[in-house]
Amino acid sequence: MPKNSAAVAGCKRPPPDRSVAPAAGGRRLGIGFIVPVVVFVAVFYLYPLARNVVLSFQDYDINSLYSGNAPFIGLGNYRRLLSTPAFATAVVNTVIFVAGSLFFQFTIGLGLAEFFRRSFPLSPLLRSLMLIPWLLPLVVGGTLFRWLLDTSNGVVNQILLTLHLVQDPVPWLNTPNTAMASVLICNIWIGVPFNMVILHSGLLAIPTELYEAASLDGAGHWQQFRYVTLPQIRPVIGIVVTLGLIYTLKVFDVIWVMTKGGPANATHTITTYAYQLSFGGLSEFGLGAAAGDLLIIVAAVFALLYLRALRADPGARA
Amino acid sequence: MRTSVECRRIRLIGTLVATVTAAGLLLISCGGDGSPPSPTESGKITLTEMDYYSSEPGRSALAKQLTRCGKPAGVTIKRQIVPDLRTKVLQLANSRALPDLILLDNPDLQQLAATGALADLGAAGVKTDGMYPNIVAAGKYQGKQYGVAPGVNQLALYYNTSMLEKAGIKPPATWDELRIAAKKLAQGDKVHGIGFAVPATEEGSFQFESFFFSAGASLKKLDSPEAVSALSLLKDLVASGSAPKDVLSWNQMNVGEQFANGSLAMMINGPWELPLLRKAGMKDFGIVPVPAPAGGTSSGALGGEVWAAGSGGDKSRKAAEVIKCMVSKGNSLEWAKLTNYVPSDPEVAAEFSAAVPAMKTFVETIGSAKSRTAEVGPDYPKYSQALWTAVQAALSGSKSPGAALTDAQKQATQ
Repeated sequence: MPKNSAAVAGCKRPPPDRSVAPAAGGRRLGIGFIVPVVVFVAVFYLYPLARNVVLSFQDYDINSLYSGNAPFIGLGNYRRLLSTPAFATAVVNTVIFVAGSLFFQFTIGLGLAEFFRRSFPLSPLLRSLMLIPWLLPLVVGGTLFRWLLDTSNGVVNQILLTLHLVQDPVPWLNTPNTAMASVLICNIWIGVPFNMVILHSGLLAIPTELYEAASLDGAGHWQQFRYVTLPQIRPVIGIVVTLGLIYTLKVFDVIWVMTKGGPANATHTITTYAYQLSFGGLSEFGLGAAAGDLLIIVAAVFALLYLRALRADPGARA
Repeated sequence: MRTSVECRRIRLIGTLVATVTAAGLLLISCGGDGSPPSPTESGKITLTEMDYYSSEPGRSALAKQLTRCGKPAGVTIKRQIVPDLRTKVLQLANSRALPDLILLDNPDLQQLAATGALADLGAAGVKTDGMYPNIVAAGKYQGKQYGVAPGVNQLALYYNTSMLEKAGIKPPATWDELRIAAKKLAQGDKVHGIGFAVPATEEGSFQFESFFFSAGASLKKLDSPEAVSALSLLKDLVASGSAPKDVLSWNQMNVGEQFANGSLAMMINGPWELPLLRKAGMKDFGIVPVPAPAGGTSSGALGGEVWAAGSGGDKSRKAAEVIKCMVSKGNSLEWAKLTNYVPSDPEVAAEFSAAVPAMKTFVETIGSAKSRTAEVGPDYPKYSQALWTAVQAALSGSKSPGAALTDAQKQATQ
């Protein structure tokens, strides 16, 4: 190896040193590198998480903030939460929001990835333009859709009316069903690029010989997709869907900016509802923590599945 | 092959980097602004202050007044503008590091006072004699004066003079007149008769309360027949197309913009919209009280901020002195002129109204406005959230006004 190599791997164990045992020096170095990580995780992940779990068993309201008195009430918060109609709505909304987002983000993303596999002029430019929704801050995306979907002044209604597709303006953000559809559409728009990029790189990794062989065997386009493409990118699909699920569960900005959970709680997910409980004026911190914990449990289950999928297929790191 | 010296150096750097990073992280985690403000080197006391006046002219006007009022009290004031003031104040209450002076939205005052984090301004010598009784009430908790307002506001009905003239309509004073006028003034999807803002926030409750209190309803009973009649009125306005469906997602500023560009013939809004309308070049508009049922009195929720002080011995005495100066007649009038707030003292308010004719209606109706926390106290946020949810449910058509308010009462008192 040349002397000026930058690779740290070039470092061999130093010659025996009389004052310090070589193994001890290495161990000290190792600890030096690990300490920051451990401190970081403990301070920014473990402590808040543990605190949140403890909080969810306490009756912690605005008075507790100052006095510090917050009696433990066992499962009281969870019981109250589960008997609140608004929370039930939030759970149903979360399922609709997550399932809807994942399905459309994935199918549209896969379609676009397949489309961009063919090489044609301007393909790279178009592909980078497609990334814009993902690069925008969520608040900007939400505000944009809020304006587009305004009932009286929104562009979407203007277009629909001009094309005579509807007789009256659609109250996008102002009736329960259309409001849910609106926040979904916005979130799908934001998430498609992520799916497209990951799936696209997965598709590019498939050797073209497989398709040649398949077409020699007489497989049509659909069969090639079904029997070559899908099995080849299965690990990538697993990753895209699990990550997408965890991202979508915690979406907050889009809904908050567009509807604040309204009209009449119709677009509250567990995330926005938990925020509302803690910081929306009610100051029910214990209750909010309980709602947050339920969400963490769901996300943790899927995170574990994701880690297992990664371990099962080390080549799948997309 | 690397020399052992080089390798040792790399290891040393690695360890250093790691240690520094760890130390930095510890610093970040332990730091924060919990350190108490210390006297300056001249021996003068420094008071900390927080408010959310981030835009002009309030921003510099407040700075000027604070400096002016700090001098006679012998203090320097360190000001901090915090957009999400409520959350920040709660955080600081938790670490017992509340600022010495806070300009707080009045419905939040009782909640904070209930924690014991605020100083009793009455005991510290801040007088409220002669002020409007409802304004004094908005700063009280359990008989003690924790907050004093330099100025307040409430809502009124703005109307587009030329649109009303063209339609041959007088500005509505009763609910029936409002229904008829709003219907006549609407022109398809282009112009709506009336606009108001009832989003899923405190703003939604605040606007609805104009109709709610005018109907004679009480926050203690959200599902009274009076309350149902108020909600039915708004529901009818939206269902008949007199008001746009967007009222469920617009905030007060959005409504002001729509009125300024001629998409609304009338709107419910506060005096803070006057600069916006002036800036948009809108001149032909008039302002009347929010319509009430025939024979009733127009009323609404009292808006605006109150000065409060964190409880902390010597400093809160100094803070009280500063507050006394900030709410004094001269400063109150100056503040009102800059921000279009109604001064808390009727005499000053009359003087202000004579100087600024656009404020006449607001000054005339301020005495009948109700403090949001007077009846339900620190529980107000609970009632408010139940109320705006009910308004949203009724106006979006998912529940009848009666059913929506029955559910609201249950939600608020559970």
